[in-house]
Amino acid sequence: MFAQGLAPRRVVVTGMGIVSPLGLGVDHVWKRLVAGESGIGPITHFDVKDLPAKIAGQVPEGKKDEGGLDLGEWIPVKDQKKMDRFIQLAWVAAEEAIQDSGWMPEDEPSRIATGVMIGSGIGGLETIQEASTLVAAGRTRRLSPFFIPSALVNLASGQVSIKYGFKGPNHSAVTACATGVHAIGDAARLIALSDADVMVAGGAEAAICELGIGGFCAARALSTAFNDDPAAASRPWDKDRDGFVMGEGAGVLVLEELEHAKARGAKIYAEVVGYGISGDAHHITSPAEDGDGGFRAMQSALRSAGLAPGDIQYVNAHGTSTPMGDDIELSAVERLFGEDGKTIAMSSTKSAVGHLLGAAGAVEAIFSIQAIRDNVAPPTLNLDSPSRETVIDRVAKEAQQRPIEVALSNSFGFGGTNASVIFRQAP
Amino acid sequence: MSETAEKVKKIVVEHLGVEEAKVTPEASFIDDLGADSLDTVELVMAFEEAFGVEIPDDAAEKIQTVKDAIDFIEKSQASA
Repeated sequence: MFAQGLAPRRVVVTGMGIVSPLGLGVDHVWKRLVAGESGIGPITHFDVKDLPAKIAGQVPEGKKDEGGLDLGEWIPVKDQKKMDRFIQLAWVAAEEAIQDSGWMPEDEPSRIATGVMIGSGIGGLETIQEASTLVAAGRTRRLSPFFIPSALVNLASGQVSIKYGFKGPNHSAVTACATGVHAIGDAARLIALSDADVMVAGGAEAAICELGIGGFCAARALSTAFNDDPAAASRPWDKDRDGFVMGEGAGVLVLEELEHAKARGAKIYAEVVGYGISGDAHHITSPAEDGDGGFRAMQSALRSAGLAPGDIQYVNAHGTSTPMGDDIELSAVERLFGEDGKTIAMSSTKSAVGHLLGAAGAVEAIFSIQAIRDNVAPPTLNLDSPSRETVIDRVAKEAQQRPIEVALSNSFGFGGTNASVIFRQAP
Repeated sequence: MSETAEKVKKIVVEHLGVEEAKVTPEASFIDDLGADSLDTVELVMAFEEAFGVEIPDDAAEKIQTVKDAIDFIEKSQASA
C-alpha cells in the first residue's frame, strides 16, 4: 500500500445516527441541545445509596417517533440477550445512520468495500458485573455462552457487519474517552488510503452500572455535589464544577469516499478534512498540566487539513467539567489560536448530555457537523461564573447563531491519549 | 402433552424467539428453529436450570430435537 504511494482520497459524511441522554435521532437531539435542555437525571435502574455520585445521563425510554428508546422496536428479543447494552446502543445508532445514508449494498463487491469501526471505551461492563456474581457464588459453570461475545468491545462492529453483510475492514478503537474520535479519524484514513469506500464509524458506551459509577468515583472523577440538582452538575469551566457526569449512548457516522458519494447522489453533510493524534506520556488519569498533548493533537489535525487556526470558527471542547482538565484544555486552545481566539466559539456539549466516554467523540462529531449545517454553536450549560477568563467565547448558557464553515472537535482519554478531528462544510 | 414437554416447549420459545407452533417434537433446534451452536449450549443450560438435572457434554451433543430433550429429561427424572 505505502510502497505504491497512492494519493489519499477525500472523505465525506453521508449518514448520522445518535442515541443519547437527550434521546434518539439527530434532528430531535440537536433541537433539544440547541434549546439548552439537559439530559442529566437521577440514576434509576440500580440502587445508588452506597455511591457518592447518584446522577447520570441515561437514554430516555420511549417510542421511536417520540425520540425515546424501546429496544423491542430495533432488536429481536432473542438477539438482545446476546449483546451488552453498549452493543445494543451501537446497533440502534448504526441503523439510524445507515438508513439515513441510503447505503444498503446488495452486491458482493460493494459489501466488500464497506467496513465498520465502532469502538467503546470500556465495553460490556454491566455484563461483566453480572457474570462475576455467578463466579462469586461458585456457579462459574452457569456462565452464558454469550457472555464473552456480549462483553467484547469489537463485537459492536462485529454485530453491525453481520447484520448488514459489510465485509470490508472490521475494526474497533479502544482509547477510553478518545475512542469516538479515533474511530472516525482512523476509519476516514482507511477510506483515504483505499482500504474501503464506505466505513460505518463511531463509538458506544453503557457504563452506568455499579462497577462503572463506583470505579470512576474511586478515581475521584465524578461530580458528587449536585445530586439534588442533576441538570446543574455538568458545568464545564464554571468555578463550581466538581467532576464529570457519566452519560451513555452511541454516535455513528457513515463515512464515504467523495466521488463514491457523488456518484450515487448521496446527500453530503460535511467533509472530514483533518485528524490529529498524540500522547501525553505523563499520567494514567490526569492530563499533563501544560496541555501540550492536546495542543499537538489539534496542531496535527490542522496540518493534515492544510488549514490555519484562523480557518476554524467552532471548537467542540473535550470539556468534561473536571476541576483540572477544563482549564488545561482552554490554555492549549488559547496557545494554538493566539489572537484568532477572539473569533472562535468553543462550547462543551457535555454540559447537556454528560460524558459519554467512548461514545463522546462520535456524538460530539455529530454536534460539530450540525453546528456547520445550521450555523449554530450549541451552548455550554451552567457556565455561570468561569473559574478563569478568556478571550474565547464559550457560548455560555445560550446557543449562538454564527457563521461556521469549519469545526474542530477534541477528545482526550485516560492513559494520556488525545485526538482531534476537523470537519468542513460539504464540498 | 406431558408437563415436561410443555415446559421444554416454553423454554425453547423463550430462548429462540420462535412461534410456539413451530416447536414440534420432531423440530431440530439448528435446522428448523434457527439456533446456532451457542444457542444450543444456552438451551441445554436452561433445561438443566429449569429441571434440576445435569446434562453432560456428550449427552448434550446428542440432543438435537425437541423430542431428544424431552426424552433425556424424563429419563433423568425417572432415575433420580
